[in-house]
Amino acid sequence: MPSNPEATVLAAMIPPAIVEKIRALIPRYPSPRAVTLPALHLVHEHFRCVPHRAMAEIAALLDITPAEVSDTMSFYGFFPQAPIGDVRVWVCRSISCMLRGGDEMLDHACRSLGIEPGQTTQDGKLTVEFAECLGICDYAPAALADDGRVFGPLDESSTEAMLNELKQGPRELF
Amino acid sequence: MSDFEPILTRNWNVPDGDTLKVYESRGGYQASRKALTTMDPDAVVGVVKDSELRGRGGAGFPCGLKWTFLPKDRKETLLCVNGDESEPATFNNRLLMEKDPHQFIEGILIACYATRASTAYVYLRFEYIKAYRILERAVAEARAAGHLGKNIYGSGFNLEIWLHRGAGAYICGEETGLIESLEGKRGWPRIKPPFPAIEGAFRKPTVVNNIETLACVPHILERGAAWFKSIGTPKSYGPKLYCVSGHVNKQVCVELPLGVTARELIDVHAGGVWKGRKAKAAVPGGISMGLLSAAELDVKLDFEDIRKTGCLGLGTAAVTVLDDQTSIVDYLYNTSRFFAHESCGQCTPCREGTSWMYKTMKRIKSGGGRLEDLDILQNMSNNLGIMPGTTICGLADGAAWPFKNALAKFRPEIEEYIRTHQDPSRRITPLQAAIASGVSADVAVRHSLTVLGSAPAPAALHSADGGNRP
Ligand SMILES: Cc1cc2nc3c(=O)[nH]c(=O)nc-3n(C[C@H](O)[C@H](O)[C@H](O)COP(=O)(O)O)c2cc1C
Ligand code: SF4
Ligand code: FES
Repeated sequence: MPSNPEATVLAAMIPPAIVEKIRALIPRYPSPRAVTLPALHLVHEHFRCVPHRAMAEIAALLDITPAEVSDTMSFYGFFPQAPIGDVRVWVCRSISCMLRGGDEMLDHACRSLGIEPGQTTQDGKLTVEFAECLGICDYAPAALADDGRVFGPLDESSTEAMLNELKQGPRELF
Repeated sequence: MSDFEPILTRNWNVPDGDTLKVYESRGGYQASRKALTTMDPDAVVGVVKDSELRGRGGAGFPCGLKWTFLPKDRKETLLCVNGDESEPATFNNRLLMEKDPHQFIEGILIACYATRASTAYVYLRFEYIKAYRILERAVAEARAAGHLGKNIYGSGFNLEIWLHRGAGAYICGEETGLIESLEGKRGWPRIKPPFPAIEGAFRKPTVVNNIETLACVPHILERGAAWFKSIGTPKSYGPKLYCVSGHVNKQVCVELPLGVTARELIDVHAGGVWKGRKAKAAVPGGISMGLLSAAELDVKLDFEDIRKTGCLGLGTAAVTVLDDQTSIVDYLYNTSRFFAHESCGQCTPCREGTSWMYKTMKRIKSGGGRLEDLDILQNMSNNLGIMPGTTICGLADGAAWPFKNALAKFRPEIEEYIRTHQDPSRRITPLQAAIASGVSADVAVRHSLTVLGSAPAPAALHSADGGNRP
């Protein structure tokens, strides 16, 4: 019998341990769809992105359509579809940071790394993004790494120091 | 003012103040025990209602009253805690969670008992990574000690708290945007009514409260409504966490009775304006609330007085100081960029309006401003929002208010900026002017070939410095 390529079942992309974590969240909510964001976070944490196939697998786990997951995912500018750097750092550009040089620090960080906001360094170590208020205005102008480290008040030299520290990779907060 | 005893922040500087052991040793979970074991849920609602505690999330709606809107015959109630805190310049909720998570959990417990909610979702903005870890630990501690779970204190009341993380969208702080996001959808606010108390998360009666609102609740139960009302100003009772940032010497979050002035916050608590300068203006409570001029810094920052200045309200009581060297154009550029970025896009006036305002500010800032832009911005800011009835939620009002206030209070400065920052490369070309005045495009093009002789060379129109500067 000729094999039907359509019927070829691709191996699951999301590892079983994460599938279990996602399943364990379902009873917390009256509807499985509510697990969309938590599942996206778990997958994103693992792959440093949410590939299209993983999105479809989340949909199957939650008994919704891939389009529904995609609709939610794309609303938040949070889940890239190609991997980001080992560390993602957000530089704030909102009012209190802007007043103290936040926009300039974002420019400075990007220029120093040779990238544009939203891009990842060639070595895959660092992704720099702008952000609106990060809720750490007591450190303004401030930046936040996605492992929880807070930086600020930033000037050019502390921005350099921050980039050097972040290039060492993510760290456990506590 | 000096005899004010901090309440919400009383554990902040105590070693290990974020642990259950220390919290209990300082009288923690006594109020919840009292409520659950000696009071009827409606009596708890009554005390909170009597205290006239107003929501700290921005709208200032009376908390106890909101709880009474739940249908009497409901089968199930949910509590959604609003931990999305994203209003620019606001960080008090973060500190409340990081420094005293059990005070917050005790507040949730009492609120859930009062409203008969047996599930509470804490919707936490993703960026609060440290707060999330601390809360995770604190919830586990509280559960292990019997403050959460089944049959709490033998009262028969059950409660589970689930932490739910957002993904970087300001609009998920709007209560129905939060609910939609919690349900796994895009954070699109809902048309109200129905209000969440009637039909909220998963179509069930739902209470949405801010973290600081809930943190007040244990103290009200412990010390009584009259005590709470002895603090603050008429109609604005209780302690409040004020944040001060921007052009000050010390960016801080301080707890004070409601009704402190912006001037006291700046001079006494934030060490004055930085670099020995003077304040030109201050944002009173997050950028959505508009702008105070230097002459208005003595207004009381409470739910009532602040409105006399034309500001939208107290908001999150987060003050941002602009020194006398700051351009109001930069301020408007920044606020409009924020709202254009954060509009959820659902209502056309908001989606198009916020991005129009941002593009206009970008053009003004870069030297292409026209005086008539200000009339258009004025007109837009008067017609954009839930109050004029053109949008679904209040984000649009927040986008309009900085313009309303800045145009009322600083219009001459903005006009002066436009006049003195004309970049020749941004000037309207004769061709554009002809088309704008109704000349048909092909006629205008033919005609302009002669006129263009006197205009800058086409290449100059696109060069960064405008080409023909002296
Ligand atoms: C655009 C917008 C953003 C909001 N963001 C927040 C927020 O981050 N945190 C918050 O507690 N309330 C926020 N609110 C107010 C909530 O809609 C709601 O009024 C509040 O959470 C109710 O809690 P409270 O009564 O305890 O203050 C926002 C409102 C709007 C219109
Ligand atoms: S007013 Fe703006 S943010 Fe609010 S629902 Fe409409 S488009 Fe979305
Ligand atoms: S304004 Fe930058 S962290 Fe709040």
